[in-house]
Amino acid sequence: MSELQHQTWSRLNDLEYAPAPESRDIVSIRPNYGLFIDGQFTDPGSHQGFQTINPATEAPLATVALGSAADVSRAVISARRAYDQVWSQMPGKERAKYLFRIARLIQERSRELAVVETLDNGKPIRESRDVDVPLAAAHFFYYAGWADKLEHAGFGAQPRPLGVAGQIIPWNFPLLMAAWKLAPALAAGNTCVLKPAETTPLSALILAEILQQAEIPPGVVNIVTGDGSTGAALVSHPGVDKIAFTGSTEIGRRIQRELAPSGTHVTLELGGKGANIIFEDAPLDQAIEGIIDGIFFNQGHVCCAGSRLLVQESIADEVQRRLVRRIEQLRVGDPMDKNTDVGAINSAEQLSRIHELVDAGVAEGASRYSTTCTLPDKGFWFAPTVFTEVSQTHRIAREEIFGPVLSVLTFRTPEEAVAKANNTTYGLACGVWSEKGSRTLWVAERLRAGVIWSNTYNKFDPTSPFGGVRESGFGREGGRHGLEAYLNV
Amino acid sequence: MVSLPLRSQHAPEIGGADITFAPPARPSLLGSEAELRVALGGLSGVDAVGANARVAALGTRSLKQGTKRALLDLAISMIDLTTLEGMDTPGKVRSLCTKALRPDPSDPSVPHVAAVCVYPDLVEMARNFLGDAPVAVASVATAFPSGRASLNVKLADVREAVAAGANEIDMVIDRGAFLTGKLGLVYDEIVAVKEACGSAHLKVILETGELVTLDNVRRASWLSMLAGADFIKTSTGKVPVAATPPVVLVMLEAVRDFAEETGVVVGVKAAGGIRSAKDALKYLVLVNETAGSAWLTPDLYRFGASSLLNDLLMQRAKQRDGHYVRSDRFSGD
Repeated sequence: MSELQHQTWSRLNDLEYAPAPESRDIVSIRPNYGLFIDGQFTDPGSHQGFQTINPATEAPLATVALGSAADVSRAVISARRAYDQVWSQMPGKERAKYLFRIARLIQERSRELAVVETLDNGKPIRESRDVDVPLAAAHFFYYAGWADKLEHAGFGAQPRPLGVAGQIIPWNFPLLMAAWKLAPALAAGNTCVLKPAETTPLSALILAEILQQAEIPPGVVNIVTGDGSTGAALVSHPGVDKIAFTGSTEIGRRIQRELAPSGTHVTLELGGKGANIIFEDAPLDQAIEGIIDGIFFNQGHVCCAGSRLLVQESIADEVQRRLVRRIEQLRVGDPMDKNTDVGAINSAEQLSRIHELVDAGVAEGASRYSTTCTLPDKGFWFAPTVFTEVSQTHRIAREEIFGPVLSVLTFRTPEEAVAKANNTTYGLACGVWSEKGSRTLWVAERLRAGVIWSNTYNKFDPTSPFGGVRESGFGREGGRHGLEAYLNV
Repeated sequence: MVSLPLRSQHAPEIGGADITFAPPARPSLLGSEAELRVALGGLSGVDAVGANARVAALGTRSLKQGTKRALLDLAISMIDLTTLEGMDTPGKVRSLCTKALRPDPSDPSVPHVAAVCVYPDLVEMARNFLGDAPVAVASVATAFPSGRASLNVKLADVREAVAAGANEIDMVIDRGAFLTGKLGLVYDEIVAVKEACGSAHLKVILETGELVTLDNVRRASWLSMLAGADFIKTSTGKVPVAATPPVVLVMLEAVRDFAEETGVVVGVKAAGGIRSAKDALKYLVLVNETAGSAWLTPDLYRFGASSLLNDLLMQRAKQRDGHYVRSDRFSGD
């Protein structure tokens, strides 16, 4: 394999598109936010606060309350009261009405939500507008439909809700993860205490406004912002019947250890090191797009990212040549620009983690290619990067980088592809690219992963279950299967 | 003696006295129909879902200000202004040529179009109207649009158009032959037409609306390029489905890959059904992000269209003046 180089005789990014920024003015972010408990926002002055910033500029956006153990306790008590007195008593079709209303309100305020998400998270407005927000609405619509049909979901004649669900969500898809957690829990008759990620609390707080607009009964959903200590208080609260966590494997392991002796139900959606397997008979142009979507979508801040590219050796050189050409084409920069493909890294902490692993990749002997794009001076940025000559033993082939960094490995036979894909402690998602259906099925049967995409990658739909095996966690979100996590079955 | 369960009645006995194994001639596919089949069959397939998704994603590119103005002008200069009707007359051709030279008489900064495209019998007339102006005359030929005529008739059609002054010939491939797998026939016909063209540029119309699948579009593109096409063109405009963004995407991928493999740079012409400036700009984004900036020139990318021109002029005026003017402001043809 030769060193990667970019050919320049017909460049794919020569034409300068003039900036087409989405307007910030359509959203009014309050300077201070309290917690959303029992249907009301608490007084921001009564809490210790922390700043949330725009990772693309490092400019502060708002001061958000840091939920204490006492705050968590109040939220759980409120949720318990709402569960006992209102939500668990309410017929499914009435619960459905609230969920439909939330879905409609998300659609109505979609532009505002997209802007807030992009400001707070750093992801391109194109993605928050076309993926995050529409999918969040779709999840509420989908589970609204289940609320009065639970007895037909295959979990017995009268499946019961669990009670109070504590839900801790990550920063990579803040609103979408809130929807993934809240919609099935509420449809099944649970009440919720949601803890948004420390660096991305704002869209959940807009969602709290939407919940008020929808007139959902007080206490059915409580949103407690904060840091790791807030999440820890929620996990250890004895009044919580269920913990649903999405985040790192390390924290997931800690939660599972802590809750193992208790009766608390747990589902965990953790890290991954997804293999995107390209056979020589793949539809190559689409496979290249799939590789790009697999690792550079959302700056690679995707637990199911196709961060390991497994490419058949007979086409490895061609794939790498095309890949270099394609990543040079990516428009990296202002997330608010509608033409931006890759936005900002979410936090300084995450950026340093990416740097650490990339440095390790170079030190261990892999060959690094980063795009020649110029990065903004302010904010947290990392140029899209591809590593070739990667071995299975390299850290960049084993550890989750959670950034725009792809490790390319090769294989010779389908057996070898499966063996390499499975040679990881994770098991969240894989992609298989081949025009030959029988081969795709043969490979898919042998991959140890919760999600397998065929000739596509990073496609999500509320009707389709999502979740991992092994160190990627357990439990499913989405689809009929997603109800099981919130029913006593 | 081992008796093998052979199905053949004439199974030779192993070790029989009269069996000789003559070394066979080294088999060759070169120059045969099979060679084309193997070569084109080896092209990577196209996943239609993925191609559609790519087109949809690129369709959300937002073009503003200077970029938009530049691309509107570029699109005008890429137009093959076309009239291909049974009722075409000298008057119609004259007004087409006038419009081609000066699309908007009130604004001399509007560029002229790339070419006018007419039937062969009107080529001479068009050339006379255009004079020495740098607007090419393109002519459809080869029994356009069906292509259902003998090769001799097709070649005569081409020769007459070239003799009458056509700078560019738009031929149709034999879709019937392509769809029955007679790739050699299609190939030979293109080669013959190319030869008949002499110095005229050859655009090969694939009629993608009749080839239907994107896999066929890719194979037909390569077949045409291997046979010597200077341009590959989507459609005649005479069947219900004309140029679509996924088809143009696949053709752009084909010319890009062909140039990388062979060093020969072939152009693309999207023809039929492109009526709005908005659509035209989407196609230019597709060109920019698939084949690259080298193709953003009338020498390598064209629009076969007639009503598109006025919408481009209208959007151009909007960019210039900040407001729309009524469509009557621009001449009908």
